[in-house]
Amino acid sequence: MSGLQDLYREIILDHYRAPRNRGELPVPPAHKIEGFNPLCGDEVVLYLEVEDGVVVDVRTSGQGCSISQASTSMMSAAVKGKPVAEVATLIRAFKALMSIHESKLEGAEGSDADTDTGGTDLAGVRLGDLEALQGVVKFPVRIKCATLAWNVLQQGLDETAA
Amino acid sequence: MSTTALDVARIQADFPILRREVRGKRLVYLDSASSAQKPQAVLDAMDRVYRESYANVHRGVYTIAEEATTLFEAARTKVARFVGARESREIVFTRNATEAINLVAYSWARANLQPGDAIVLSHLEHHANVVPWHILREERGIEIRWIPLTADQRLDLSDLDRLLDGAALLGVTAMSNVTGTIVDVARLTAAARAAGAHVLVDACQAVPQMPVDVTAWDADFVAFSSHKLLGPAGIGALWARADLLEAMPPFMGGGEMIRDVTTDGFLTNDIPWKFEAGTPAIAEAVGMGAAVDYLDAIGMDAVRAHERELTRYALDALADRFGDRLRVFGPAGADDRGGVVSFLFDDIHAHDVSQVADEEGICVRAGHHCAKPLMRELGVPATTRASFGVYNDRADVDALVAALAKVEDFFSI
Repeated sequence: MSGLQDLYREIILDHYRAPRNRGELPVPPAHKIEGFNPLCGDEVVLYLEVEDGVVVDVRTSGQGCSISQASTSMMSAAVKGKPVAEVATLIRAFKALMSIHESKLEGAEGSDADTDTGGTDLAGVRLGDLEALQGVVKFPVRIKCATLAWNVLQQGLDETAA
Repeated sequence: MSTTALDVARIQADFPILRREVRGKRLVYLDSASSAQKPQAVLDAMDRVYRESYANVHRGVYTIAEEATTLFEAARTKVARFVGARESREIVFTRNATEAINLVAYSWARANLQPGDAIVLSHLEHHANVVPWHILREERGIEIRWIPLTADQRLDLSDLDRLLDGAALLGVTAMSNVTGTIVDVARLTAAARAAGAHVLVDACQAVPQMPVDVTAWDADFVAFSSHKLLGPAGIGALWARADLLEAMPPFMGGGEMIRDVTTDGFLTNDIPWKFEAGTPAIAEAVGMGAAVDYLDAIGMDAVRAHERELTRYALDALADRFGDRLRVFGPAGADDRGGVVSFLFDDIHAHDVSQVADEEGICVRAGHHCAKPLMRELGVPATTRASFGVYNDRADVDALVAALAKVEDFFSI
């Protein structure tokens, strides 16, 4: 099951079994954002509290496959306490990790050069545990599972900035 | 490891795709409820059309055009006979079953339903028999009533007479694509007749799995596809009573469906061609006819016995191995269900199950199976579904059970 071990790395299963930052936050001050993957019924609910340009707190709920829920948990751990500008860069770095081909096809999110290399401005971004999700790229159907939480996060940042 | 009803080893040899491997493992195809694999006889019949007799139908007077037309219309007759139609002209070729249902919604329903008229659907329906009616409701202001389910996902008919009271149409599946529930269509049509309602049956799952006799059902419209019936995708059929088809306005306009066209208007062709605008899927129709021949040679009673036996074996094997840890949806025994088994581990998502199964060469479907109203009734976002065709045997079920044991190990806490 070597292919499977690439997809379901131990750190991913750990986040799936023991998700971090589960729960809710009072709205307001937090924003509540929901996202769905209609194909498989994955659901991510994100509570995002931003204060003075910093993600001061984050909670998540929802249900779905191990990849979507582990990615949600890992995302919450990665962005909590980070400045919004840093989170925005992290989102782009994670999407570059996931969606090289997606970006090329959509053509809207930057040139080939910048997605191929991860972009010069993304070169120094440390993904840490998130790199465990790279195995998902070999299973194209599951990329949407991994990126769901990050799309919800982007939506949340857009809403808090508005 | 053959089953009793069919010589499955011999049947498997007729399906070229079953010789391939996936990830170094024997291909175990358990997704026939989504789309079935094709026997050599179907591939050959379609190939022969293109190699020897291809031309447009109903147009040329030259030899191969006549041959193509003869093959096309012979396929219609085979399909008509297969489902018990009284006449070939009661079979309208469509693109698929979804288009067949839409034909009823756009032609018959729009000509006959007024704002406030009611139709009755069931909670088992596939989106194909839900969304066309939602569209009509938004456009026309019709009312949709729903037949509820029992705890084991049979139709709860205790309130049927009230639901049918004053309704213009009953639309119901003959067999659920999620739970396998077999619906007693004849009982429902009798109740609908008594209430003065027309009946549309979604027979996509039933036609490939059991003997179907549309005349005995006493329905008005029956929709089914070729691709679940061992035939090619891209063609399906609507069976409808000839008098209804005669009275219905055309669905799409174009060639073939007309008798005459002037700058002022047109006259429609006879049925069924009135509903077959444009060049049809000619080789596909011939392929569908060949698929029907193939199943006829096996015998649909034997197919049903095979499906029941294999489903019973699967239900027992899953219960023995996983007990309460695996939730299996639908009627408890195999007598009232076709060869479809939907299941769910408590803490393992259907997609993860399907992914691990794929590693073992096993094709099972994960998701909502285009039946979200039913999934809401079940209270789950998705299930994993195994479904059986004539080419499946106990070894395939054993492979599934072994893969599910690996799934449980892999995701165990």
